[in-house]
Amino acid sequence: MTDPADSTGSGSSSGSTGSTGSTGSAGRARARAAAELHAVRAGALTTVQDLGRPGHAHLGVPRSGALDEPAHRLANRLLGNPENAATLETTLDGCAVLVTAGGQGRSGPPPADPKVTAGGETSRGPVTEAVVTGAPCAVTVDGRPAPWGVPFRLAAGAVLDVGPAERGLRSYIAFSGGVDAEPVLGSRATDLLSGLGPEPLRDGARLPLGATSAAGPRHGAAIDTAPWAGPPGELVLPVVPGPRADWFTGEALRTLLTGGYRVSSASNRIGLRLEGPVLERAREGELPSEGIALGALQVPPEGRPVVFLADHPVTGGYPVIGVVPQEALAAVAQAVPGTPVRFTPVSG
Amino acid sequence: MSGAATALGGHGSERVVLPVGRHGLLIELPGAEAAEAFHAEVLRRRSAGLLPGVTEIVPGARTVLLDGLAEPRRLAAEVGEWEVPPLERGSESAVEITIRYDGPDLADVAGMWGVAPEEVGRLHAATSFRVAFCGFAPGFGYLTGLPEEYHVPRRSDPRTKVPAGSVGLAGPYTGVYPRSSPGGWQLIGTAVGTVLWDAAREPAALFAPGTRVRFVPEGGTE
Repeated sequence: MTDPADSTGSGSSSGSTGSTGSTGSAGRARARAAAELHAVRAGALTTVQDLGRPGHAHLGVPRSGALDEPAHRLANRLLGNPENAATLETTLDGCAVLVTAGGQGRSGPPPADPKVTAGGETSRGPVTEAVVTGAPCAVTVDGRPAPWGVPFRLAAGAVLDVGPAERGLRSYIAFSGGVDAEPVLGSRATDLLSGLGPEPLRDGARLPLGATSAAGPRHGAAIDTAPWAGPPGELVLPVVPGPRADWFTGEALRTLLTGGYRVSSASNRIGLRLEGPVLERAREGELPSEGIALGALQVPPEGRPVVFLADHPVTGGYPVIGVVPQEALAAVAQAVPGTPVRFTPVSG
Repeated sequence: MSGAATALGGHGSERVVLPVGRHGLLIELPGAEAAEAFHAEVLRRRSAGLLPGVTEIVPGARTVLLDGLAEPRRLAAEVGEWEVPPLERGSESAVEITIRYDGPDLADVAGMWGVAPEEVGRLHAATSFRVAFCGFAPGFGYLTGLPEEYHVPRRSDPRTKVPAGSVGLAGPYTGVYPRSSPGGWQLIGTAVGTVLWDAAREPAALFAPGTRVRFVPEGGTE
């Protein structure tokens, strides 16, 4: 963030603030040595996400949470996890993690019950199960192909590599028991705007895994393995007018609906930024800071709208011309730079 | 999309109710004081079980956003008619922030106020502040209470780095940067030994809307 009055979060995507001191898990008492993830290849941006921390906006705390929420929920359902169990959200080029049984490196304990894993391992017991959803990508375990969208086992010492997104942008990796980072205000989500939650994954970083759910994985849960439609060639976003549409000219409102916008490469978890024609204001002057909803289409002074996503600022001083309903934001999460964007008006 | 910002209904004489998406309402009040009083009424009604389920209640400079409502239209029709008692002040104790008046903009602010630099701290510390709303960063409160003649514009050249704990002025507000960040407020001092945000603390935020705040000069009042 650049300033208390600048609500666009420009230039704040580094998320490297980390000053809130909430990422450590060393101090937590554990009943047993939990399995761990070691980041071998952190990827362009890999964060821990769950359903976020709604209800704290009045304290200046964004909602945060998985940008493609349906993909996050599906991953957890496939493993029998609660839907708010933390997953890894990758961006663009995936990531690779080594799984260990309780921080013992590649030499895990002798298997009590050897099973064949997706990687073909027979000599080591399964440590956890994982599944990859969201953007389709190549998945390998120790270099051997593993399925996308279907749970598979991971043995101690196995390296899970989630490749670049083939379509879309963000993949979700869920593990049985979830990623057990230290919660902040009830959520393990990485919040890039505020620097709350675990820092973005770095090479060599470790993350604990939680205890496996008693329900266990739901292999072959047919209802949950519907093929992913993938991001459309054009992002069509419904927009409910208001609350500050009257700050814009009638021409600006027409431009919004016909302007031929494209997803800007400056987009991030804070907002989907757009390239295209500017929206002309009918009213000049400053708008006193006011609360901003998820999906708000805010127009900063340069005139190009920003769709505010999960890490959006909680208040802002620029007018909001409309709001994109939450149901449409999963598609936004998967829109690669350059994707054409069309807004279509819907009633509130 | 014309008429987008017309009220859904419930026009009180001085409240405008604006729809925000499908589940939100932005209630605009005539001023900061009215917004604070309305926010207090929203919280009272929620405590009393008189408010429908809501995910976020976010006060702003002169608005209150209610988000996550199942049926915003129904509430929109009601809020204009709510009886809102005037804000009660001074009943609860204030959070005290020890401050050293050593900010780099002290001389500039003194110039704008037309006083000697030493006077800035005395006037600031003599003011009873209140958190009008939060935003910008977890733990950042927009504190109101400064008389209008002491309102100053933001710096025309924002700093790329403002140290954590810096106390600044901008418009009608004063605020304390919870952590190092860029910023354009006029810096007049440094909060000493104050942690505005600590996720491991309950509550994590020292400032919440409505919190009273008093600045105490380091080493006592001179």
